[in-house]
Amino acid sequence: MPKAVFPNRFLPYLLLAPQVAITLVFFYWPASQALYQSTLKEDPFGLKSKFVGLANFAAVLGDPDYLHSVRVTVVFSVSTAVLALALALFLATAAEKVVRGKAFYRTLLIWPYAVAPAVAGLLWLFMFNPAMGTFAYLLRDAGYRWNPLLDGDQAMVLVVVAAAWKQISYNFLFFVAALQSIPRSLIEAAAIDGASSTKRFWTIVFPLIAPTTFFLLVVNTVYAFFDTFGIIDAVTGGGPAQATQTLVYKVYNDGFVNLDLGGSAAQSVILMAIVIALTAVQFRYVERRVHYG
Amino acid sequence: MAKIELNEVRKVYPGNVEAVKGVSLSIEDGAFVVLVGPSGCGKSTLLRMVAGLESITSGTVAIGERVVNALEPAERDIAMVFQNYALYPHMSVRRNLEYGLRNRKMAADEIARRVDEAAKMLEIAALLDRRPGQLSGGQRQRVAMGRALVREPAAFLFDEPLSNLDAKLRVQMRAEIRRLQRRLKTTSLYVTHDQLEAMTLADKLVVLNGGRIEQAGSPMEVYERPASLFVATFIGSPAMNLLPLGAGGLAGLTLPAGAASAAGAGETLGIRPEHMRLVEDGAPQPQDMVFDLTVSGVEVVGAESFIYGTLPEGGPEVAVRVPGYSHVEPGTRLVAAADTANLHRFDQKTGHRL
Amino acid sequence: MIERRGIGRPVAHLVLVLGVFVVAFPIYYTFIASTQSLTTILRPPLPLTPGGEFAANYGEAIFGGIGRIGGVDVLTLLFNTLVMALGIALGKIFISILSAFAIVFFRFPLRMAFFWLIFVTLMLPVEVRILPTYKVMVDLGLIDTYAGLILPLIASATATLLFRQFFMTIPSELVEAARIDGAGPLRFLRDILIPLSRTNIAALFVILFIYGWTQYLWPLLVTNDNQMNTIVIALRKMVSFADADTPWHMVMVTAILAILPPVLVVVLMQRWFVRGLVESEK
Repeated sequence: MPKAVFPNRFLPYLLLAPQVAITLVFFYWPASQALYQSTLKEDPFGLKSKFVGLANFAAVLGDPDYLHSVRVTVVFSVSTAVLALALALFLATAAEKVVRGKAFYRTLLIWPYAVAPAVAGLLWLFMFNPAMGTFAYLLRDAGYRWNPLLDGDQAMVLVVVAAAWKQISYNFLFFVAALQSIPRSLIEAAAIDGASSTKRFWTIVFPLIAPTTFFLLVVNTVYAFFDTFGIIDAVTGGGPAQATQTLVYKVYNDGFVNLDLGGSAAQSVILMAIVIALTAVQFRYVERRVHYG
Repeated sequence: MAKIELNEVRKVYPGNVEAVKGVSLSIEDGAFVVLVGPSGCGKSTLLRMVAGLESITSGTVAIGERVVNALEPAERDIAMVFQNYALYPHMSVRRNLEYGLRNRKMAADEIARRVDEAAKMLEIAALLDRRPGQLSGGQRQRVAMGRALVREPAAFLFDEPLSNLDAKLRVQMRAEIRRLQRRLKTTSLYVTHDQLEAMTLADKLVVLNGGRIEQAGSPMEVYERPASLFVATFIGSPAMNLLPLGAGGLAGLTLPAGAASAAGAGETLGIRPEHMRLVEDGAPQPQDMVFDLTVSGVEVVGAESFIYGTLPEGGPEVAVRVPGYSHVEPGTRLVAAADTANLHRFDQKTGHRL
Repeated sequence: MIERRGIGRPVAHLVLVLGVFVVAFPIYYTFIASTQSLTTILRPPLPLTPGGEFAANYGEAIFGGIGRIGGVDVLTLLFNTLVMALGIALGKIFISILSAFAIVFFRFPLRMAFFWLIFVTLMLPVEVRILPTYKVMVDLGLIDTYAGLILPLIASATATLLFRQFFMTIPSELVEAARIDGAGPLRFLRDILIPLSRTNIAALFVILFIYGWTQYLWPLLVTNDNQMNTIVIALRKMVSFADADTPWHMVMVTAILAILPPVLVVVLMQRWFVRGLVESEK
């Protein structure tokens, strides 16, 4: 932090005012409301509410639907992150090898980043819609019983693919940057030491980009948790039979569709705790990065 | 043009760290004063307090009869040249020079006149449309000087402005700064840790140590009559030879009869290497002190050589300057002598000159 | 380099071409569909080359007729989305520069308290607090307003942290030189800090513009009036009908119109976007 500062008594508060005001009104107020709501239970008509302590949390955590949703979220997030990371790394290593056309490939590979999740879901649904999707048609022609609107596993595959597709661009850019920062001499030294191309990748390159991979893993998990609401809503609406109902989708569903305010608030609070934990993990990692230089 | 008056200036940082411990200093109008000292001696803090970049804990700073303690840096009528130049990277050289003048709402034709004049004086007229990033270190240094020049301030403040330059450029810019200051006669306060730079630039040299002034005076005064052990070792290269005397004098050192009674235990004698000579041909003179040395190393500088030798029984190492190329081998035993007229005497306890 | 010999490079090109095919195909396929008639779309498989209905479909979508979604024409939807995306991007950059400036270049009581107050919001996306935030919007009467679409989404610390990080790399001598040159804090901000932050601002603008343009859950909740829908919401509403009634050719045209502006922003500002993304989020 620069030691040079402006001596001024009121100006800094004035400068902070807009952000602090917005943060208080649109962050702290609702967040505290969520905390407060999570301890209340409303009667069926929404007329009165009474304090129930941690009962909402107990109800949520004891609800088989909620636990099911946790499992769905984990499967969805891990699959999405792994798929998006693997494809992006594969493409990035290829991009490292080519000399010409790098910028051209990159330009075409970053498009999905700009596509809204809900639109992405729509595109994939359109391609694989059992009614008139070309790929659904091809799959059925090949004798495969494809119907993601009825089959939960197939629905999951579709949302995972759509979600991973959107995230490839982001991961690709980071992997390319990480690969470029590996000193050429290291790889050349390994080659002189007789390591094959594959061996060089797994013993030299991969360990060196591990920090980036870990960072991306956290980012992708957070993405799969929160930014994929649009994809799920567009492709499956959480169905069939809650097979793709992630935690965020359930908060929305319970709060706005089923109007279970206390339960939804308790779920919000649990989600906040998860996010804070993920942030902490990421920051510990960011601190470690400093030592890597 | 103005004189600068520092009166009992103190700086205490949070955590009760006292960086400047009561400095009083008077800088005459048009003088070039150099603050020199090791890192952490408070010289930069002192300069920054004059500039208004650090608050003054107690005492007063006056520039041209006006106490400036409470004034913003911009209101003090000073200009500063920074060690890393601090040029605005997104502005052209011309805009860099103009910036301070525009902020003062100076008339455009006056700004143009001053910029052109400074550019001509510093030979940077051809660079005016470039960005700082396109300039070499020496050119940036000139632009930084130009930014101070166009302000036509009451005083220039320099914060180690040459330490980012290579050795050759440093010598060249040193001469140029001196020439410019002589010509403009603007009061200047210059901070450096390089004693050679300090000696060659200063009208008045101020040696700082531990937040206090050790000695202030003309470079030759400071060199010839160092006020303390610290100044004696800090100014001059190689440093002055120091000979701490114990109850029985110092092993290997023979003082002439008269001096022996005067210089006793609890004193440190100092003698500069250039006042030493080898006793190879003639015998030592009566007023000479005589050293019994074992050569530990030789430094050949070119026109002269420095022979380093140690006194017996783990005594201190002393340097002897000899003309030309010395071929003495390490391990050789030598006898050196020095005229006691050139002797400096210091109190071992206080470090003060006796 | 070692890999430059042999078959390594052709294989790499092949991998990339396949990758581009997979990644770009859904968008290409959508474009194809947007140039077909509804009848062709409903009879798979779809041809792999554009059909002849380009002018008819896009004309209809943009200039009214069936293209009106829930009684709102596409240009209004695009305008709403643009206002939201620009509002979020510019609003967040504006408040973040000011607060980061205050935190880095001033010392004042409660400085760190304010820093943490903002910092805590770093990773709590609006999705986790939708219901209470929605209630706040109702209480403040911000439903169906641009302010309601924009303000809750700029209550986040990411941009503030980015600017703080960048401001801390500004050498303190530059600040001191400016002070001696007679620049007060606001002049320093305008003349020196903001020009020096240009690259960061551009990168952040792209990232936030995309973020704003692609929002879904929040605009879905905070708009009841179709006139206030964003294009993404309207698009979603188009396919909420029973499958058979969905005008898929119009959906595809609208999808292309929804995708095009952010893709153009990303592709045209690629240089800054890539640099900003990779540098800022690390």
